[in-house]
Amino acid sequence: MIAMLHDFLLGYGAIGLVVWLVLCILAIAVPVILAVAFYVWWERKVLGWMHVRMGPNSVGPAGLLQTFADVFKLLLKELLVPKKSSRLLFVLAPLLALVPAFAAWAVVPFDDKLVLADVNAGLLYLLAMTSMGVYGIILAGWASNSKYAFLGAMRSAAQVVSYEVAMGLALVGVLICAGSLNLSDIVRAQGGPHGLLDWFWLPLLPLFVIYFVSGVAETNRAPFDMAEGESEIVAGFHVEYSGAPFAVFFLTEYANMILISFLASVLFLGGWLSPFPESWSVLGVPGWWWLFAKAFIFAFFYLWFRAAFPRYRYDQIMRLGWKVFIPIALVWIFVAGCLVYFGVVGQGVSA
Amino acid sequence: MQEIKNYTINFGPQHPAAHGVLRLVLEMDGETVMRADPHIGLLHRGTEKLAESKPFNQSIGYMDRLDYVSMMCNEHAYVRAIEKLLGVEAPPRARYIRTLFDEITRILNHLMWIGSNGLDLGAMAVFLYAFREREELMDCYEAVSGARMHATYYRPGGVYRDLPDKMPQYRESRWHKGKDLTQRNAWREGSMLDFLDAFTADFPHKVDEYETLLTDNRIWKQRTVGIGVVSPEQALAWGMSGPMLRGSGVEWDLRKKQPYAMYDQMDFDIPVGVQGDCYDRYLVRVEEMRQSNRIIRQCVSWLRANPGLVMIENYKVAPPKREEMKESMEALIHHFKLFTEGYCVPEGETYCAVEAPKGEFGCYLISDGANKPFRVKLRAPSFAHLASMNEIVRGHMLPDVVAMIGTYDVVFGEVDR
Repeated sequence: MIAMLHDFLLGYGAIGLVVWLVLCILAIAVPVILAVAFYVWWERKVLGWMHVRMGPNSVGPAGLLQTFADVFKLLLKELLVPKKSSRLLFVLAPLLALVPAFAAWAVVPFDDKLVLADVNAGLLYLLAMTSMGVYGIILAGWASNSKYAFLGAMRSAAQVVSYEVAMGLALVGVLICAGSLNLSDIVRAQGGPHGLLDWFWLPLLPLFVIYFVSGVAETNRAPFDMAEGESEIVAGFHVEYSGAPFAVFFLTEYANMILISFLASVLFLGGWLSPFPESWSVLGVPGWWWLFAKAFIFAFFYLWFRAAFPRYRYDQIMRLGWKVFIPIALVWIFVAGCLVYFGVVGQGVSA
Repeated sequence: MQEIKNYTINFGPQHPAAHGVLRLVLEMDGETVMRADPHIGLLHRGTEKLAESKPFNQSIGYMDRLDYVSMMCNEHAYVRAIEKLLGVEAPPRARYIRTLFDEITRILNHLMWIGSNGLDLGAMAVFLYAFREREELMDCYEAVSGARMHATYYRPGGVYRDLPDKMPQYRESRWHKGKDLTQRNAWREGSMLDFLDAFTADFPHKVDEYETLLTDNRIWKQRTVGIGVVSPEQALAWGMSGPMLRGSGVEWDLRKKQPYAMYDQMDFDIPVGVQGDCYDRYLVRVEEMRQSNRIIRQCVSWLRANPGLVMIENYKVAPPKREEMKESMEALIHHFKLFTEGYCVPEGETYCAVEAPKGEFGCYLISDGANKPFRVKLRAPSFAHLASMNEIVRGHMLPDVVAMIGTYDVVFGEVDR
């Protein structure tokens, strides 16, 4: 049916192509927004269980509609712009943060051939998009003309600069093993007869850990949430935001969390591949549900970290990034190179 | 050449980590604090002056509202000062009950502290875990006095009434019913002492839970070890007391050095720190919770075995029994005099201090022989601690200021009085 729609629309030439692309984009963006809504609910539920309390339980069955109630409340609120702020940037900043968070989804492969843009430079595109998001945060902090927001923006800038490096180096390891920048090819390179033992997490274990921890840091989540640092700089970069712009920041943060969860699954845990050997009849079948299950586990880790850990101090995060992650990543890139050279991993290179 | 200067940031009074209404004016060089200027007075209610215009007993309730996380300890200092001037002493059972509730209060306070200090440093779970136990102890307050916080339970000459024979139970609700409800009420079948027995048997495991989350946590250690170091000499010079002083390694505890109530009968240890940093003060307070638990258990077993009076039978100070008032003219007169005029306290002055959870809480009382105090001066530990803020946090980073406010354990009710 989808193929029929595709052919039907392309029959109308350029306009049809645009409509088809918009439909594709909506098919990704709307589920992401809905996923954010339920992720927020799930976060509050999980935190509630971990904190011996209940979490949302009043709006809708088991509180499921709580997020929607919150969103409508935020959207209906007055948009306050501080008098001494830089008005244009103040309004623009949330959008600058939001756009890359959604744009990055274009190259995420959900299943074999199920990807919006099967570009060959997918990994580079991802790096570009995930680092674009920080401009929104920096501009928000600067445009607010508040000292707390400014401190938050400064912290965020420093944090992103250092963790972007670690994250990029972790991706270099993946690149070496897969021999491709195309995310679908990266997943295919992880296929093999042994199921989950063929995935990249095993040969690239340190890089896998570094990637996910850097991902948590990139998305400004606990224990690296010092750009918000609610008990130090109140809410950091978005301290002056209310109503709809605040909701946009909120949406961005959670969309990014889900994105990082998907990427970690795609890059290190074999994307849509089944963790069981192909010889196992039902369980061995690859499919998008495996990717979603893996991403769900990472998304849960985010919440678990938040419930369990105290917050790092700003300089300690820097130290962790520069003195621990980057050296380890550099060493392991060398190790990965050796592994590929001696043929231990990386069928992708020859393919 | 551009002129570069430090900027000031207004930290509080509306700030998540301001612990009430602390206003800190911070002079910052980037993230580094160059000068911290704590402002006080936003919660000033004139307690000391108010006490001068009321009969002695009517000010007990104000004492609860000073440090509103360690209510009964404040009452204890004030009540002891009055008793000392009057020359009366509470019966032993009353003094045991006071010891019991002083320690319950200490646990209440330290639970609040561990929770809020954890929350300040981003460890959210500890806060809610601590409040789960706090709830049980608050119920003890409620069971003896009817109020969960501002108890007004201690009186000159004893305590308001004896411990209840029945612990209040949870009622069925939409959220708690059936098995869950039975489990919640499991400790509450018997008297309050039975409840405390069950609670204290379980509490050390709860403290272990908090410690699992914090003590060996690398991030927690990074945030507290070496932060806000106070040397023993500095601590003494700044007039610190309580865990702030003991964290620096000075073994000073009024419960041991100048025992009051029944502390000389109790078997407990004073934990002291070594480095004098935030981490040591954390360890000291956690250990104090365990020691308080020990003291409570000793009090419970004594109180079980020894029923008796909880108020002296001197009707000039303590109200007569209700039944007596129906029969005896004398009792009725005493009651009337006591509740209209109060009692007159002989001329003199005294200073009485207790080891409140935050440090030495003292009451300096002058009486000119009237039924009201001539002057009350309250020595609040947090006030003395807060004065050292500038010296300690200078050169630290902004998040360390938050950690430091957390280990000061300041409560503005008593700082501003």
